[in-house]
Amino acid sequence: MTLMSEHKEAIQLRLMDNANWRKPVYETNGLNLWYGATHALKNIDLSINEKEVTAIIGPSGCGKSTYLKTLNRMVEMVPDVSISGHVTFKGKNILGKAMPVEMLRSKVGMVFQKPNPFPKSIYENVAFGPKIHGIRTKAMIDNIVEDSLRKAALWDEVKDRLHKSAYGLSGGQQQRLCIARCLAIDPEVILMDEPTSALDPVSTHKVEELINTIKNDVTIAIVTHNMQQAARISDRTAFFLNGEIIECDQTSTIFNNPTDHLTNDYINGRFG
Amino acid sequence: MEKVLERKMSRRMNMRLLVNSVAKYIFLLATLFGLVVLSVLIYRVFSEGFGWLNFDFITGKLSTQPERAGIMGAILGTFWLMLVVAPVTMFLGVGTAIYLELYAKKGRLQGFIQTNISNLAGVPSIVYGILGLTVFARAMNFGNIVLAGGLTMSLLILPIVIVASQEAIRAVPNPLSEASYGMGATKWQTIKEIILPVALPGILTGAILSLSRAIGETAPLVVIGIPALLIPFPGGILDKFTVLPMQIYYWTLDSSLTAEYANLAAATIIVLLVALLLLNTTAIIIRNKFQQKH
Repeated sequence: MTLMSEHKEAIQLRLMDNANWRKPVYETNGLNLWYGATHALKNIDLSINEKEVTAIIGPSGCGKSTYLKTLNRMVEMVPDVSISGHVTFKGKNILGKAMPVEMLRSKVGMVFQKPNPFPKSIYENVAFGPKIHGIRTKAMIDNIVEDSLRKAALWDEVKDRLHKSAYGLSGGQQQRLCIARCLAIDPEVILMDEPTSALDPVSTHKVEELINTIKNDVTIAIVTHNMQQAARISDRTAFFLNGEIIECDQTSTIFNNPTDHLTNDYINGRFG
Repeated sequence: MEKVLERKMSRRMNMRLLVNSVAKYIFLLATLFGLVVLSVLIYRVFSEGFGWLNFDFITGKLSTQPERAGIMGAILGTFWLMLVVAPVTMFLGVGTAIYLELYAKKGRLQGFIQTNISNLAGVPSIVYGILGLTVFARAMNFGNIVLAGGLTMSLLILPIVIVASQEAIRAVPNPLSEASYGMGATKWQTIKEIILPVALPGILTGAILSLSRAIGETAPLVVIGIPALLIPFPGGILDKFTVLPMQIYYWTLDSSLTAEYANLAAATIIVLLVALLLLNTTAIIIRNKFQQKH
């Protein structure tokens, strides 16, 4: 049974390679979400492709963060939430009971709007993920910590104070630490919820550079308020408005030649 | 006409300023009243008891002769009592707080339990004594040993520990637990690794303050039937015992027979006050350390 489906998957993969398509990691079909009686997401169809940066843009309250949090099911922590539709991660339905959220989230990291390092040392922050997923060997954890901090371009800045509190770092460094913390569990996808909105321009630039380097290894979905940022760092862009997807295409198409006039108005700053 | 108004205004202004300073002194008096009574009490206790406070008094056994009496028995009794109360209330109190804050679905049942816990904190201690007498001393047949007293005291301070722990848990910033859940941590891992370490100083402060209440509490133990005169030292939690405030109570009663018992009671009060002061200082130190970290 599993062999069969694996075989099928392999064929599908080959077909896609042939067609030079990026394989979708996440596929969303007919996703609807309500907060109580508020219809926050309406019939969302969207794929997030492997090793691409997908930017999700739109005005406040358009449902972009809600959508992102559906992808790792953090949205279910809000009381009174109800969801219908299909969201698959690598072909497996994530909304049912079949996949425990812990398993999903061990493959999908999340970076939040405000840097939220743990009140622990820099080392312990990065070691947290490997430890909770059962890695006990110190040498192994040491390796992961160094590797993740290097990938997050933070190693040189913190290598002399690994065992000092993470709260001693600047806001930008803290956010890169949070990205390193995500990388430490070797995720396939990282969800970023306006990761630079609390940072100054220099720190923002560093985080963007970081996204550019790690996207070779990991799929990224990023919600952003900053349209230039979406244009700079993303391969594809989805434009959300009032809980609906208005348009989703190559970033260059969205910014230079959008199909929908609403998209055009939004990216040109006529509303939102 | 204008001048009249001006005079009226200035009289009114004087009146307002006068009322203002009168108000200030009324509140100052209210504060001083408590302070004065407290210092009279402390002065009396120290003048009556300090001379009696010495090594033999602290380490000695009870005696029918006041000059030879010591309070080691009561100190040990208090110690064993705390040895029961501290772990039992920490486990039950923190456990309940974790369940209510992090596991229980917010609903009617949870609201009902919450209201009851808050109300239990206001139930008179003698009622807990009767509960302890019925359940621990009689139904479970423990009698008047440390274990029965300790469990009764635990029930008494449990609501305070629960409420304090709940507040400490609620004060843990949400983004921290979100980060942990976002990494794929289970609820228990998040509680163990993130929420409890951050909430611990708050929980400990609440627990220590409630322990200091248990140390000074007498009524429940009177109901359970703690002996008035107990010569042998309690050696463990299954022994009969007495505690410092009980000793103070009985010696104060006896002081109508022999005046020296009043001195013994005063000296014991000093010991009890020092113990409470130490506990409260520990709580403050823990709290300050916590505030520096954030």
